[in-house]
Amino acid sequence: MIILEGINRIFQVGDQQVHALDDIHLTIQPGEYLSLMGPSGSGKSTLLNILGLLDKPTSGRYVLEDREVTSLSDDEQARVRGERIGFVFQFFHLVPRMSAFENVELPLVLAGVPPAQRRERVGKILEQLDLTDRAHHRPDQLSGGQCQRIAIARATIMHPSLLLADEPTGNLDSKSGADVVQVLEQLNAGGITLVVVTHDAEVGKRARRRLRMVDGRIVEDEAG
Amino acid sequence: MLSRDFIRFAASSVLSHRTRSALTTLGIAVGIAAVVLLTSIGEGINRYVVAEFTQFGTNIVAINPGKSSTLGTPTGIFNTVRPLSLDDAAAMARIPHVQSVVPVVQGNAEVEGLGRQRRTMIYGVGSQFAEAFKFQVAAGDFLPDDDPRAPRAYAVLGSKLKKELFGEAGVLGERIRVGGDRYRVIGYMRSKGQVLGFDLDDTVYIPAARALDMFGREGLMEVDLLYAEGAPAEEVVAGVKRVLISRHGGEDFTVTTQQQMLDVLGSVLGVLTFAVGALGGISLLVGGVGILTIMIIAVRERTGEIGLLRALGATRHQILRIFLGEAVILSAAGGIMGLLTGVGGAWLLHLAMPAMPVHTPLSYILLAEAMAVVIGLLAGVAPARRAAAMEPLEALRTE
Repeated sequence: MIILEGINRIFQVGDQQVHALDDIHLTIQPGEYLSLMGPSGSGKSTLLNILGLLDKPTSGRYVLEDREVTSLSDDEQARVRGERIGFVFQFFHLVPRMSAFENVELPLVLAGVPPAQRRERVGKILEQLDLTDRAHHRPDQLSGGQCQRIAIARATIMHPSLLLADEPTGNLDSKSGADVVQVLEQLNAGGITLVVVTHDAEVGKRARRRLRMVDGRIVEDEAG
Repeated sequence: MLSRDFIRFAASSVLSHRTRSALTTLGIAVGIAAVVLLTSIGEGINRYVVAEFTQFGTNIVAINPGKSSTLGTPTGIFNTVRPLSLDDAAAMARIPHVQSVVPVVQGNAEVEGLGRQRRTMIYGVGSQFAEAFKFQVAAGDFLPDDDPRAPRAYAVLGSKLKKELFGEAGVLGERIRVGGDRYRVIGYMRSKGQVLGFDLDDTVYIPAARALDMFGREGLMEVDLLYAEGAPAEEVVAGVKRVLISRHGGEDFTVTTQQQMLDVLGSVLGVLTFAVGALGGISLLVGGVGILTIMIIAVRERTGEIGLLRALGATRHQILRIFLGEAVILSAAGGIMGLLTGVGGAWLLHLAMPAMPVHTPLSYILLAEAMAVVIGLLAGVAPARRAAAMEPLEALRTE
């Protein structure tokens, strides 16, 4: 379960203060499928970054799986990111010199998992995503849709409880985008909590719970 | 993160820029090669000189007149340095462990024989000189054990002087003039070659007492003692001091053991080796700057990757280690390249110029490689710290 209480995030831009998040209260149940929509600058990406421990709130409380995570040390936060949270980015963020296999393997390598176990786990997930024959291709030899599926494999290889997707379809054609959304929804069906930030109303509508943000506030929260 | 994964990760980014990495490595390689080559030459010279010195044996003590010390008052008034006499030398023969005593007077004089003249080095020595310094007589005998105060006018020629004056002709029994005095040649020495630039073959050996007269000297320039192999040098030195102080009434002489001479020589030559090594070190420094530059560029280029790794759970410490590792891989690879070039170069130099003493001790090789690694670490620290200090979100955004 995720609980956000009174989250504020204030950026200092020059001598001006920008209130990117304004007193956010939000509770997300395990296994929920959430979309975050809103105009540019509404604070949806900032909220996603705070959920992913990539950014620290100026004030407020963030509880992830019964643990207050805002006060954790840098190393502990890195550990939580590595083990409990998966990220999917608009521009995939694959390491260009590494093969698809190595990219998916990366979180396991960082966590110190032995090679034999890594091979097995990566092999399995690539098979599930129908990417086995692409395992030894580098990102520049793959299509955008394939890249994003590799990135999703990487985000879920550690079996996180929370998957955060920032415009996952923003850089894809509609066919690939639909594929990616389908993969994400399958993962959500498997129990992972899914939060998707998107501009695409079609993608946003598919979520069971839809949040709308304007000026750093949640203005709509509809389910069903 | 497992060590081998960490090395593999660092190596993969080094290998992804082959040309750039190779050039950076080259900088270190040139530096290490220079250090290895120069210190090899320095060490070779060092060994050569020490070998030249120890060929006479290491169990030698030299006594010189005068004491090197610093006094508060001008030494003119109290200057009571008594010369070392032949009697002093004779007295020292009774010191325990002493095997032979060689008084030495040295100078230059005209030598005349068979109508030819040559200005050459004259050694006024005792009869035990040849034995003490392991010089061998080619024909005839060395100076006989005469009364040291009134020796007969015998002379022994160095091999070169013998050849210059008498050619291949027999020389035993011939008469020569040394500084105007008449001497009879009773032998000549086997060739000894040059030692530190002194031609030991272009000499005449005459009895020390006659050399003192000829050069008008009051005392000997030096007395060399050869003591029994394995006997403690300190005891011999103490004996010398006891005998001479009782004869002179004070310590107005200096005793130097061969070991002390070697130590002084060793420290001088050590400085030489260090100096040439430092010269090579400058190029190594330049190589280090090359690594620093490349690492700064690498960190800037891969900011997005750093952000990604942080998002995937990498700690700051891991990021630091990855970039430090890259710098060390670059410098260590350069070090190995440089070692091969340096050792190979030293070997080629030895082939091309056999007279040039070259020696590369294993410890230098290990030290040079360690130095390369340390330079990599030093050059990598600042960029790696910068990488580790990046905020994950900022880093992710830059791509």
